Amino acid sequence: MQTENHLKDTFKKTIRTFINVLPIIIGMILATSLVITMFPEQVSSGLFGNGEIIDTLLGASIGSIAAGHPLASYLVGGELLGGGVSLIAVTALVVTWVTVGIVQLPAEALMLGTRFAVYRNIVSFIAAIAIAFLTVYTLQFLGLAWPALNV
Amino acid sequence: MSKQQIKKGLGGWLFLTLVLITYGLLGLVNPEATSQSLVFFTHVMLQVLPVLGLVFLLLFAANLALKPKWIRRYLGSGSGIKGWIAATLGGMLSVGPIYPWYAMLGELRQKGMRDALIATFLYSRAVKLPLLPLMIHYFGVTYTLVLCLYLIGFSIVTGIVVEKLIPVRDV
Repeated sequence: MQTENHLKDTFKKTIRTFINVLPIIIGMILATSLVITMFPEQVSSGLFGNGEIIDTLLGASIGSIAAGHPLASYLVGGELLGGGVSLIAVTALVVTWVTVGIVQLPAEALMLGTRFAVYRNIVSFIAAIAIAFLTVYTLQFLGLAWPALNV
Repeated sequence: MSKQQIKKGLGGWLFLTLVLITYGLLGLVNPEATSQSLVFFTHVMLQVLPVLGLVFLLLFAANLALKPKWIRRYLGSGSGIKGWIAATLGGMLSVGPIYPWYAMLGELRQKGMRDALIATFLYSRAVKLPLLPLMIHYFGVTYTLVLCLYLIGFSIVTGIVVEKLIPVRDV
């Protein structure tokens, strides 16, 4: 009897949590769909070509705003590389795409706290830029500078 | 239901209402873009639904089995290296969109999970194990390997830095 009550209580608690979370998830997916439809990838490709540092910041910024499937970041990254954008900028874009979420920020703040969400995204943005430089410099150190990579 | 849960619940419905109002306004200005967005939304929702089911089961299991004492031991401030490994592997193995995982992490946080480990979990999600073959296809084996190693390393660094920046919990 006690176990049955515990199961019922836990189920009710889970349902309550889920009902609280559901509008955030649906709202975020609606918002993401809107952003992706309104800002197609062709818009971003014309923005690069302002030097490695600015391009890297731009790549990281675009990745931070983008909120699609990670696979899309590989496709966009591949296209940008083909268009002559540096591997550092593309890496920054690919990394921030999955680690920084400006579009998801309201949901993250609601569920994990505003300060946590803001600090985590800022730190993740800086880390993504560091990773981009370190990855490419490591590849250069290993003698595998772009375009010698297998693409 | 705690005040915090009520606040979170109301905030969520308010947010959804604002997004729906935006759609309504956009529908008047640009019906085609709104329609495209709704088609995209339907496509994403169909992908998310199974993950939501999985997350519901995980939440239920967590509420049923995980006691705050256990969470504090394995994912709390005294969890040590076990906590870092659990958070990193958990992030790498977590599938689907991020939103349902926020709910799970929020629940674990209330039971005592460290902020550092939550940040580590979220960062290590960048290592997408099922997508590694595709990343290798686009960028090559060495690039993928080097990037993933840095991502794993920086997921721990990010966790440490975020926790240093947040001395007091603000949930």
